[in-house]
Amino acid sequence: MSLKDLKEIPYGKTAIELKNIFLAFGGVKALTDVSFDVRKGEVFAIIGPNGAGKSSMLNVINGFYKPTSGTINFAGTDRGEMEPEFAAKSGIARTFQNIALFKGMSTLDNLMTGRLLKQKQNFLMQALYFGPAEKEEEEHREKVERVIDFLDLQSIRRTPVGSLPYGLQKRVELGRALAMEPEILLLDEPMAGMNVEEKQDMSRFVLTVNNELKTTIVLIEHDMGVVMDISDRIVVLDYGKKIGSGLPNEIRGNKAVIDAYLGVSDDE
Amino acid sequence: MLYKETGQYKSSYKSDHAIFPLIQDKIAFSTLMFIAFLIVPFIINSYWEKAILVPFLIFSLAAIGLNILTGYCGQVSLGTGGFMAVGAFSTYKIMTYFPDLNIMIIVLISGLITAAVGILFGLPSLRIKGFYLAVATLASQFFLVWLFNKVPWFYNYSDTGQITVSERLMFGIPVTGATAPPYATYLFCLILVVLLGFAAKNLIRSKMGRSWMAIRDMDIAAEIIGVPPLKTKLSAFAISSFYIGVAGALYFAVFLGAIEVTESFDIMTISFPVLFMIIIGGLGSMLGSFLGAAFIVTLPIGLKFIMVDLVGLSAVTAKHFEITIWGLLMIIFLIVEPHGLARLWSIAKEKLRRWPFPY
Repeated sequence: MSLKDLKEIPYGKTAIELKNIFLAFGGVKALTDVSFDVRKGEVFAIIGPNGAGKSSMLNVINGFYKPTSGTINFAGTDRGEMEPEFAAKSGIARTFQNIALFKGMSTLDNLMTGRLLKQKQNFLMQALYFGPAEKEEEEHREKVERVIDFLDLQSIRRTPVGSLPYGLQKRVELGRALAMEPEILLLDEPMAGMNVEEKQDMSRFVLTVNNELKTTIVLIEHDMGVVMDISDRIVVLDYGKKIGSGLPNEIRGNKAVIDAYLGVSDDE
Repeated sequence: MLYKETGQYKSSYKSDHAIFPLIQDKIAFSTLMFIAFLIVPFIINSYWEKAILVPFLIFSLAAIGLNILTGYCGQVSLGTGGFMAVGAFSTYKIMTYFPDLNIMIIVLISGLITAAVGILFGLPSLRIKGFYLAVATLASQFFLVWLFNKVPWFYNYSDTGQITVSERLMFGIPVTGATAPPYATYLFCLILVVLLGFAAKNLIRSKMGRSWMAIRDMDIAAEIIGVPPLKTKLSAFAISSFYIGVAGALYFAVFLGAIEVTESFDIMTISFPVLFMIIIGGLGSMLGSFLGAAFIVTLPIGLKFIMVDLVGLSAVTAKHFEITIWGLLMIIFLIVEPHGLARLWSIAKEKLRRWPFPY
């Protein structure tokens, strides 16, 4: 990526815009008046201390939580909430903080589930496994094999994912999201619990996806080193409120952000 | 070294995704089909038909059906007996109203009717899971049996409440009724089992099967990647019930000939044994459905043979022992190999691969 691209990205077109999002579970306010926009082709990070509402934010974006109020501008329309199926259909894929793979299925089948929405044959054709149904299956297999090559998953193609080590499971989960060929990829702590090498691998995968496939990436991560290195813009949440946003350098020097992370001493 | 895949290269996704990817499996399956279609029909007698082969085939179908719902889609069901009764009574009513309709078509329509009933009773599955769903399906079992017992229209107002099959021909040979020769009933069931078995396997290895397994393993993640939970669960209920309905139709029309609903489709005679079949055979395994059905169908016969013919117990005593031993075997089995016979087979295959070396 050249320096010119780096400068251009923050001014790209808006991929998704969230306006005044409120989210409450009974009396608990998970998100209060959060607004930000994600632009096409950038790596956008959401950071904040534990319980700040980062995962809730992702859940709102892909329709798993319905915001109490606020609007989401996506794919040209303002809507109050997203349907998970609509989000998946219009190109939003995600990974989960606690791995949410299909444990009884092989790596290959897990990745193939990422293609489900794109498979159109009806169940009678599938039952006969004939002509178009078979062809469709092979086409999608080919797409999935590309993801397998990209993420180096060849050797565990047939292994049930439940028996894979943690780092690999995280990678398979990324693979399943990539198999959906998303426009926006939501990553919920993709590097949690990994060692340095695994984090490097994962960062490389994320950046390659972003560069080569031009996928917009929204990322939650606790490792500040990684966040500062790979993200184009950052928004900071604390207690469900937005306390800062901007380029990595601006965030590094933001007083409110430092206070949120380190705490404020009483004498101030 | 007896079962080695070395040297068998796949050069297309098609051959890699085949039902029997290894040449050994292909040979074994072809041999089995050869014996089943071209040898057994000529040597079959009425004992083998009534005691072993036809019940095995029918219960294999029911086990495939329940395995689709419970093993692949993760929805526990105790309503198998009720759904089989739907298949049986649909067959009976269709036979009454359309005397000229081909029996194969009648059986398949009965399956479709059962599928519709299955969808209806599958509706609660969106809200309830696990044990609670098992209880809800248990209710469907009792409701359906009660319904067929209480509403005389279903058994054509006969005094006994029994329904009796009339003779139906397939290519000029009777396959139902008292005069049907053993080879005809056997072949009729076999053809349905082979065709529907392949259809089930194809569904499982394509989009629909993966949707079911996704719902089974992690329903939230499945929803996020665009698998609609209700539609997927209902499709599992529908297709599972179709198989169980066809099994019920065959059970009534081809196997028993005359049934009384509370006796023949009781939870203890159908629902639990079929559930045991898939647990012992292997949840989420096609092979397991067949192995489990074979095990449960032949176990009482084997036990009786050992106790009466070899040990010399009286038939009544043997019957009592049989139930005890059956229960005991179930418990031992679940402790020793909770993943079922299909798992034992894959362990055996692994051993055969390495033989004669220990590892």
